[in-house]
Amino acid sequence: MSTISHRTLVSGTAEGATLVLHEALSFSGGVDPRTGKITDRWHPQHGALMEGRILVLPAGRGSSSGSPVLAEVLRLSKGPKAILLREADGILVTGSLVARALYRTECPVVVVAPESWGAVMKATWIAVRAAAEAAYLEIG
Amino acid sequence: MKLAHKDQALLDGREGAGAQFAMELLVQFAEAVGAPELIDTESVHVDGCIYKGQASLDFVEAFVQRKGKVRVPTTLNTGSINLCAPHGYFGPSDLKAASTRLMLAYAELGGQPTFTCAPYQTIYRPRFGQQIAWGESNAIVFANSVIGARTNRYGDFLDLCCAMTGRVPYYGLHLVENRRAQIAVEVDVDVSAMDRQVLCVVVGHIVGKQCGNRIPAIIGLPASLTDDDLKALGAVAASAGSVALFHVVGRTPEAKTLDEACQNVRPQEVITIGEREFEDTLRHLSTVDDGSPLRAVSLGTPHYSLQEFEQLLPMLKAPRAAVDVYISTGRQVFSELQSLGMVAPLEAWGVTLIVDACTYNSPSMREGAGPVMTNSGKWAYYAPNNLGIETAFGSTAECVVSAQAGRVVRL
Repeated sequence: MSTISHRTLVSGTAEGATLVLHEALSFSGGVDPRTGKITDRWHPQHGALMEGRILVLPAGRGSSSGSPVLAEVLRLSKGPKAILLREADGILVTGSLVARALYRTECPVVVVAPESWGAVMKATWIAVRAAAEAAYLEIG
Repeated sequence: MKLAHKDQALLDGREGAGAQFAMELLVQFAEAVGAPELIDTESVHVDGCIYKGQASLDFVEAFVQRKGKVRVPTTLNTGSINLCAPHGYFGPSDLKAASTRLMLAYAELGGQPTFTCAPYQTIYRPRFGQQIAWGESNAIVFANSVIGARTNRYGDFLDLCCAMTGRVPYYGLHLVENRRAQIAVEVDVDVSAMDRQVLCVVVGHIVGKQCGNRIPAIIGLPASLTDDDLKALGAVAASAGSVALFHVVGRTPEAKTLDEACQNVRPQEVITIGEREFEDTLRHLSTVDDGSPLRAVSLGTPHYSLQEFEQLLPMLKAPRAAVDVYISTGRQVFSELQSLGMVAPLEAWGVTLIVDACTYNSPSMREGAGPVMTNSGKWAYYAPNNLGIETAFGSTAECVVSAQAGRVVRL
């Protein structure tokens, strides 16, 4: 694990292959909760599947109905293992927290420190250890 | 984050398991968005009454099981089902059961069964300066802009957490200094002879596209615009963009002058809406040609107000509509229509009233093929992509004559 600390929004641990998104994503209307597929046809990663991935994206976007879509995709085990953001996002935090409370799923949400963002965007594999006080990443 | 004594009491479970569950989520949300503290909210409008999957329902049932109750006046948004006339539902039956349960579960928690996207048309309309926690994009932008109440864009799950605790994170648009206009938008078209609602929809669409989530001060609109005109403007601005607050200089309560709207800070940008952009935007709101045969006409997105019905009724002359005409409205307005004897003449002309729901987000229109005409910018913006329905946008008067002709007619 690198010693650089990141901001934990939702705690948890995860590791796996990344899905790096180059643009912000609205889960509401942009993700099919039954498959975890990105269905926003204007998004550069249209058609990509987030299941089992460490999802890296600059920010959430759009409708506040995104929280139930993230909770639903996690309930159906089609969701990401963790979410790494450049900007904090309350909608995704809420979706992850509600899924954890209702279904015991784990999907840590972390805001990546600015100095690590470039490396995270290029990573193909990341391990996340997000405790309440700080999060640490191992970037592969 | 600073927690007040009452927040801590809720968090510790001293006010019940439902409030505790809500407070845990609320505190973590507030920390994620960087709010330093929570404040009291005077009302909540719950967005999440439309079924989006099992998680929507499981969340509400979790509060029902914990015997939770809302702690502040809470209105409920449009649902997927017309509970007043459940036969008017044309979707799958398993979804009907889940959608109905979702609406009723929110009411069990103490939410008022308003089932409207226009809670500002009910007795729960907030007042200027009140701190509120509202969901539903058109209601948020109306409350902030037209009334001057203060809310951020809250959404599914969070809205209910605010209702169960009576608290809301203190950040963003709850603070006066964050409500100043960042962009000035000059309307440089001849508005004198124009249909007011068409004017507002086109301006709202351009504002949404150009401003994103920044706050505009719009200059050059008539001071005589009605609340319904501004409702139409805000609804499309919050659809084409993420506008949560706009100012209309000389009309809305925080914008007597441009300086007041901008809080004496020069706007980052000034944009001008000219005749050409206006005409282009208006044309693009329709995806079919004039004269196209219609499947139906849909009004009332957001929910039609009593005033809109009063203006519409004298326009409904013989012959009656040749195609289905749907008007979505809230049950409070519906009961006013009943007591005023307005339902029978509407129905006689061919109107189907959709109560508690909306043609945009519930399967409440009869199956059919062909385009739908609407006077709603929000409907016209969403329907072609989200519903796969081709759309003609027009004034209310054009919608009426088109319904009679069964094809798109322009005046």
